[in-house]
Amino acid sequence: MLDLQGYGPRLIEGAGVTLQLAVLSLILAIILGLLTATAKMSRSWLLHRTATVYTTVIRGVPDLVLMMLLFFGGQIGFNALSDVLYYNYDIDFYINFNAFAAGVLTIGFIFGAYMGETFRGAFMAVDNGQIEAGKAYGMSNMLVFRRIRFPQMMRHALPGLSNNWMVLLKTTALVSVIGLTDMVRVAAEASRATHEPFAFLLPVAAVYLLIASVSEWIFARLQKRYDIGFGGQ
Amino acid sequence: MRGYKNVTTSALGGSEMLDISAWFNDLLAGNLIFTPTTLGYYWEGLVTTSQLVFLSLLAGLVLAVPLAIMRSSKRKWISLPVYFYTYVFRGTPLLIQLYIIYYGVVFIDGIQQTFLWPILREAFYPALIAFTLNTAAYTTEIFRGAIKATAKGEIEAARAYGMSQSLMMRRIILPSAFRRALPAYGNEVIFMLHASAIASVVTLMDLTGAARFVYARFYAPFEAFLFVAAIYLCLTFAILYFFRFLEKKLLAHLRPQNT
Repeated sequence: MLDLQGYGPRLIEGAGVTLQLAVLSLILAIILGLLTATAKMSRSWLLHRTATVYTTVIRGVPDLVLMMLLFFGGQIGFNALSDVLYYNYDIDFYINFNAFAAGVLTIGFIFGAYMGETFRGAFMAVDNGQIEAGKAYGMSNMLVFRRIRFPQMMRHALPGLSNNWMVLLKTTALVSVIGLTDMVRVAAEASRATHEPFAFLLPVAAVYLLIASVSEWIFARLQKRYDIGFGGQ
Repeated sequence: MRGYKNVTTSALGGSEMLDISAWFNDLLAGNLIFTPTTLGYYWEGLVTTSQLVFLSLLAGLVLAVPLAIMRSSKRKWISLPVYFYTYVFRGTPLLIQLYIIYYGVVFIDGIQQTFLWPILREAFYPALIAFTLNTAAYTTEIFRGAIKATAKGEIEAARAYGMSQSLMMRRIILPSAFRRALPAYGNEVIFMLHASAIASVVTLMDLTGAARFVYARFYAPFEAFLFVAAIYLCLTFAILYFFRFLEKKLLAHLRPQNT
């Protein structure tokens, strides 16, 4: 029934690229999101403003346009930077733009903005008395974050986080457009070559559905874990 | 220059106006990328993007209303197929859906000979179909959520008045559900605008397509994509403010009274 005409191994490789890309950019997005949320709640005007501009602009522009800007512009930008460094400071420094790393950086950068909004809402949902209590126990800011803020914040952040992850997963398909060989690119190439689009695109769609379903299950378990102590419904 | 400045006395400062226009003329003369020709491409791209987004949203909305009613039906054999449809279309990337429809149509045996070919050959219609099906799936789920959230008292009151199921749907449930769905639907409209950038992948000259063309022609990624990003940003804000205005009008009765 499933005849992949020799494209099987490349499709599996592509699926690996998709999955790695998605997971690595999720990690980057979560880190950026936490930083952005913290910056948004900080008293410093500059930090607050920078974070607001970041989340507003990124969320107002299509992913594909941002991706092309960072991807095509990235190498030129790096080259210009290395030129400046070389001529002015005699520092020989060169970065060859790796397509996979660029993909991770771009998607992570885009979804950091969405995560920032999710985390900000979640941080604000944590009762202030909890944090005051932590401080009254003599906990440092770091310890309050790790033991009190973060675990309670995650309960509120998980629905948004899961939503963002689903969108991120689907966004990874776009890297095929800018030259990364993920499973969508392999499937599109195979459909053009064999004139049998359904044979390749439908299995790839099924893989996306599978990943989405598995992650839904994982997020449901995580939600249960973080809901402990809140009189789960 | 200084003497000239003293002569102008208009409120805005005529010399500053002159400086700005001179600066603008310099800018236009000094750049090789944003010529009237390329600006024309961007304009055509804007028209294509607007058409695609508007038409697919409209068709998606028309599809979504009956689908949402079916989806919230208690009968499994009615709601389950709709659930399957929304699950598949929300769980897979739009790019794949577009590829399936675009390549799928092109490679159907014998389609080149039918009267449909001149329409389907152009990338616009496959893209329109893919976008419509995609937004219909998301909109269906938004409406279903809104229908499910109808206050029990409203339904009981409608029943007490002896309304039939369809009359109740038409007069009570749908009007209030539409209002409740408005904020989420506004997000969907913005999402669709951003998703439409994918149309450029199947050779359509939408806004992103125009930017890609300018990039390829002049090898100027910053100019090409920053300009188009600014246009998208403006469109996004226009949609955002339009929906805020609508919400203010239509959801006025839900606002707290003391504000």
